[in-house]
Amino acid sequence: MARKDIQLDHEAILDFVKPQSSVLDLGCGNGDLLYLLIKEKSCRGQGIEINDQEIYKCVAKGLNVFHGDVDSGLAEFNDKSFDYVVLNQSLQQILHVDKVLIDALRVGKKVIVGFPNFAHYKSRLQMFFQGRTPVTGALPYKWYDTPNLHFLSISDFKNYCRLKEINVERSICIGHSKKVRIFPNIFAQTGIFLISK
Amino acid sequence: MIKEKKTTQNNSVGIVETQDFTFDSLKLESGERFGPITLAYETYGVLNKDKSNAILVVHALSGDAHAAGVHEGQDNTGWWDGFIGPAKAFDTDKYFVICSNILGGCKGSTGPGSINPKTAKPYGLDFPLITINDIVNAQKRLIDHLGIEKLLSVVGGSMGGQQALSWLVNYPHNLRSVVPIATTIKHSPQQIAFNEVGRQAIMADSHWKSGNYYDGPVPSKGLAVARMIGHITYMSDKSMAEKFGRARKETDEPFKFTADFEVEGYLRYRGDNFVKRFDANSYLYITKAMDNFDASGGRCFEEVLQGIKAKVLVISFKSDWLYPAYQSKEIVKACKLAGVETTYCEIDSTYGHDAFLLEVEEETHLLKHFLKKIFYAYEVTGDYGA
Repeated sequence: MARKDIQLDHEAILDFVKPQSSVLDLGCGNGDLLYLLIKEKSCRGQGIEINDQEIYKCVAKGLNVFHGDVDSGLAEFNDKSFDYVVLNQSLQQILHVDKVLIDALRVGKKVIVGFPNFAHYKSRLQMFFQGRTPVTGALPYKWYDTPNLHFLSISDFKNYCRLKEINVERSICIGHSKKVRIFPNIFAQTGIFLISK
Repeated sequence: MIKEKKTTQNNSVGIVETQDFTFDSLKLESGERFGPITLAYETYGVLNKDKSNAILVVHALSGDAHAAGVHEGQDNTGWWDGFIGPAKAFDTDKYFVICSNILGGCKGSTGPGSINPKTAKPYGLDFPLITINDIVNAQKRLIDHLGIEKLLSVVGGSMGGQQALSWLVNYPHNLRSVVPIATTIKHSPQQIAFNEVGRQAIMADSHWKSGNYYDGPVPSKGLAVARMIGHITYMSDKSMAEKFGRARKETDEPFKFTADFEVEGYLRYRGDNFVKRFDANSYLYITKAMDNFDASGGRCFEEVLQGIKAKVLVISFKSDWLYPAYQSKEIVKACKLAGVETTYCEIDSTYGHDAFLLEVEEETHLLKHFLKKIFYAYEVTGDYGA
């Protein structure tokens, strides 16, 4: 099942997306995920990315990508103009998470969110025993030099969806090298959610 | 001999020749029928069998048909030589590149300085007011003449970008992609204002004589001032500071208001040089066409773009304050809403508006991959699109 050449989180997202869908990837980075979605699932893809060096990599892959800020770039899209809006590993770097998520749910029929789990046991241990901001595989940055603005756990996100009456259609939690089914908020490094409103 | 060696090393297209294409007349946007019209053009590379590899490169205000290579016995390379040639952004081993001097220009195409066959004198102000769409309609005639039904791409910066947008709107079925660079759907009041100052400078020159100067001295002072203003707007504060600083020129002229600073000398030099190669009336007509241009035709631009299958690459430059990035983003926004497949990149450059001629590496990367995608999508599917 697991393919070595594909990152686990990308594999989970590929699993969520129906073939021939339209996908908007917010914070698409170097475009690896978008490229996979187009190649493996025959999707129509559009990316938004703020870093110009990443834009060059996307263009080299033949992707359609807008150079811009996710926080302001979403407002211009029509309602339900994409089957999926993807925020993979970008949610925690967005300034106005709540606003962007609401807008993503407006623009996309479904939204896929992937983020590092701050409550992973390694983070908990570092916090507990060292009393310091955790640095782990999924959260590799020092506190003074990090693109992350928000630190959330899998439980936080589930709670948020409950509060905002967002449906969690599916979720996959991923540990170091495989899916985590038991106590994901402790053992998962990454949470991937398929949500809709 | 040395020159030739050098150009080969630079992947130049080598020696090129300007050609002419003349047709009887064109119905202008104003309703007037005007002709005959000659367009000067150059081509680089070879048109493939199914004529699917043709790229039209469209020039900016002061450009001409000579986009690449050198003319026999001359030194000056084309205005986009860094982009056109083997292994360059427009790889002439793969693509057939066409560039023509615009209608209204003064470098071989019919313009106000051309001879009016009815009077056997230069048109001067008898030349009709033309629009960017007229310019593009004339180019379309050339493309038809070359037997090309569908261009792989239309690419241009600044006023060239306006033409690319006009192509997209008026001939969406005759192209597979467009690349508008550092351009706008329509000029802002600021852009119109700068052009107006240039025009006023020309018309204030006593030699201008309501455009009837072809048999005497030309309004060189006015045109030089217009060009100086232009050059100020093409550079950024930073690029000027880097290029000139406050460095002073060596001068022993006794006059009080001589060009003391390097920047003054540079502007005077560019102004004086421009006069040698450009016609003041063309400057008036072309800047007016730019100011009047509105790719949306007064409608909502996204509506105009609805259903267009061509793909779009929009490029802007961070330090360009004449055609600021927000204007490119407006193009992108309309494409977004209309569902046109679009890529947008704001290149991190300090060159100002001039960047579209100078940021070779970044633009080459974007253009190369974008064109490859368009070209090979065609090769694989054989799909001519809508």
